[in-house]
Amino acid sequence: MKAAKKSATRGSRSAPMTSTPGPVPALDVDALLDDRNQRIVVCCGAGGVGKTTTAAALALRAAERGRKVVVLTIDPARRLAQSMGIEALDNTPRPVPGVRGDAASTGSLDAMMLDMKRTFDEVVESQASPEKAQQILNNPFYIAVSSSFAGTQEYMAMEKLGQLDKDARASGRWDLIIVDTPPSRSALDFLDAPERLSSFLDGKFMKLLLAPARGPAKLMTAGFGLVTKAVTTIIGGQVLTDMQAFVSAFDTLFGGFRQRAQRTFELLQAPGTAFVVVAAPEPDALREAAYFVERLSAERMPLAGLVINRASIEPEGDLSPAAATAAYEALRDAGAGSSHDVAAGLLRLYSDRKLIVERERRLRAKFATAHPRVRTVVLPALASDVHDLDGLRRIGDLLGRPESA
Amino acid sequence: MSDFPDVQLHIVTGKGGTGKSTVAASLALALASRGKTVLLCEVEGRQGIAQMFDVPPLPYEERLLARATEAGHGDVYAIAIDAESALLEYLDMYYRLGRAGKALDRFGVIDFATTIAPGVRDVLLTGKVYEAAQRNARNKGARTYDAIVLDAPPTGRISQFLNVNNELAGLAKVGPIKAQADTVTTLLKSTRTAVHLVTVLEEMPVQETVDGVAELRAAGMPVGGVIVNLVRPQDLDEEARTELLDGTVDTAALTKALESVGLKNPATLVPALVHEGRDHAERRRLEDDQRELVNAIGIPTYELPKLAGGADMSGLYELATALTEQGIA
Repeated sequence: MKAAKKSATRGSRSAPMTSTPGPVPALDVDALLDDRNQRIVVCCGAGGVGKTTTAAALALRAAERGRKVVVLTIDPARRLAQSMGIEALDNTPRPVPGVRGDAASTGSLDAMMLDMKRTFDEVVESQASPEKAQQILNNPFYIAVSSSFAGTQEYMAMEKLGQLDKDARASGRWDLIIVDTPPSRSALDFLDAPERLSSFLDGKFMKLLLAPARGPAKLMTAGFGLVTKAVTTIIGGQVLTDMQAFVSAFDTLFGGFRQRAQRTFELLQAPGTAFVVVAAPEPDALREAAYFVERLSAERMPLAGLVINRASIEPEGDLSPAAATAAYEALRDAGAGSSHDVAAGLLRLYSDRKLIVERERRLRAKFATAHPRVRTVVLPALASDVHDLDGLRRIGDLLGRPESA
Repeated sequence: MSDFPDVQLHIVTGKGGTGKSTVAASLALALASRGKTVLLCEVEGRQGIAQMFDVPPLPYEERLLARATEAGHGDVYAIAIDAESALLEYLDMYYRLGRAGKALDRFGVIDFATTIAPGVRDVLLTGKVYEAAQRNARNKGARTYDAIVLDAPPTGRISQFLNVNNELAGLAKVGPIKAQADTVTTLLKSTRTAVHLVTVLEEMPVQETVDGVAELRAAGMPVGGVIVNLVRPQDLDEEARTELLDGTVDTAALTKALESVGLKNPATLVPALVHEGRDHAERRRLEDDQRELVNAIGIPTYELPKLAGGADMSGLYELATALTEQGIA
């Protein structure tokens, strides 16, 4: 690790500070998808970079290359969901119609959309006796936590991943699970969600809430009275009562929850899991990608590489943007008729595009300088949104064979 | 004249990747150019404002971000609001908790309230915005603002975020948190507030915008305008675009035009330009369909160009000027 770091630093130091990135190692998507030891691929990145589409395209490509795939999507665009047959939010993987494959192909594709509340309910039901489960499911505090707690979606996505993995191992129905991650405020939220939940369940506050049920004597510290009073004053006694009821009903399940959270975290670190970070060539998205890459490495979670979506395509021709702009202004000012106007307009487009390409290249080079070992594949911006399997297939082709773009 | 003369609180939302933070910052500059003292707030812990204005990360404190450089302009201040600080400030302002406040922290109550308790986090964030909009005697000597711009959570979450009352409903039916949520809601639903939605002319963001407006209306939130961001250059007229798409563009005339301004090798340049132009015309056609959907929402729309150099500081001022000219500020 040390040696690698050293050479990376040396590499970046000797790299000229120009807008051209050094040789960025290529992400071989097909090798990743074809590797039978690869069981889980997690797609993550900032919101609005095409994460869901990338996950779906990877899943379709893997299936058509012979893998038995299930893809867990979080919030797909309506038409994409329709074309994959997963409009119904029933939390169950369903076969996607229209997947191709050669005659000998063993590939298949199932897809599902995450139902966060349903997943939470199922966890409760699987962990508690029927009456106890019912008691929890009816608790107002539980209802609020399971449907709107910031982080529930992240946590439940990971919970669902754990379930799918267990199913896959037991039934052999799938040999590759591809997961989309929620459009979090920070792309890292889903990594923290299990930890946050388990630290909450372990926290002093929980013990405090449980105190009346367990007998308060042990917790009668100086702070206790003050805290209960403050909590009652601020949120009201009724909430506290609901919470206490929830916590005491939940008490016996805590151990189970914590173990599950721990197992999910380990699953993400296991060999056979790979992360694909998705970004767009924009400062925010690349910054988020950089945080992600660093965080994954700190958590010893395997990074497969970076997908940069929506890259602008460089126009042919070696006219510099400055010369194009000068010519544009000259033509515009001449005002010599329609073909002059068209030529001016075209030059403006050309110079804008050249500038945008240069800017994107600089942003990518900046990322590559800081993270020289991250394998990368760059996808050109497509003219329209993807909403059918053909569209996903096209993206899959670009991912698998970027040079054919 | 501004389209929103009575609005003090401008809430800016938009799908990820549409440039909502850039638009919020530009709107703050635009309002300042109208002589207003403006506070720009962010609530998602991304430090987007600091990045855009190239200043150190913003604390939970109103900092001067852009000083008025011209007569008649106002200053822009900025703050990064986080739920933990907002809760501690709130407790201090209203309860003077002292020792109990520390005990709350020690027992993990602050952590609990800001991360786990449903809705509380959003009440705290909007509560701080409310406090800045409606300064009272509890915050002595604090600056008052003519306008506040909130860089809000994305469209998919905006109704939930603003509808703090609903989130708490069924949970806290009484108590100060509920009372706080009620006061905040009164401001958010008043004519002093406008929620603007940022989009780009692509299918998904436009669909989310249409859905977002419907949701906001259903929740009784005052919808402001739609800001269409990253609009392509509009130099080529419809005739030219049709010719580019049909492949009937007069390349000889183009070559001549290029030669007339001294460009060398027009023979190789023209095909590149035509190719680029064709791609542009195709995208413009798709954009026009989306623009119709945006217009059909029936609220004021504003358009901001895609800046080839990105939205750096001078870019932000350029966008601010465009917003002012179009009347949103």
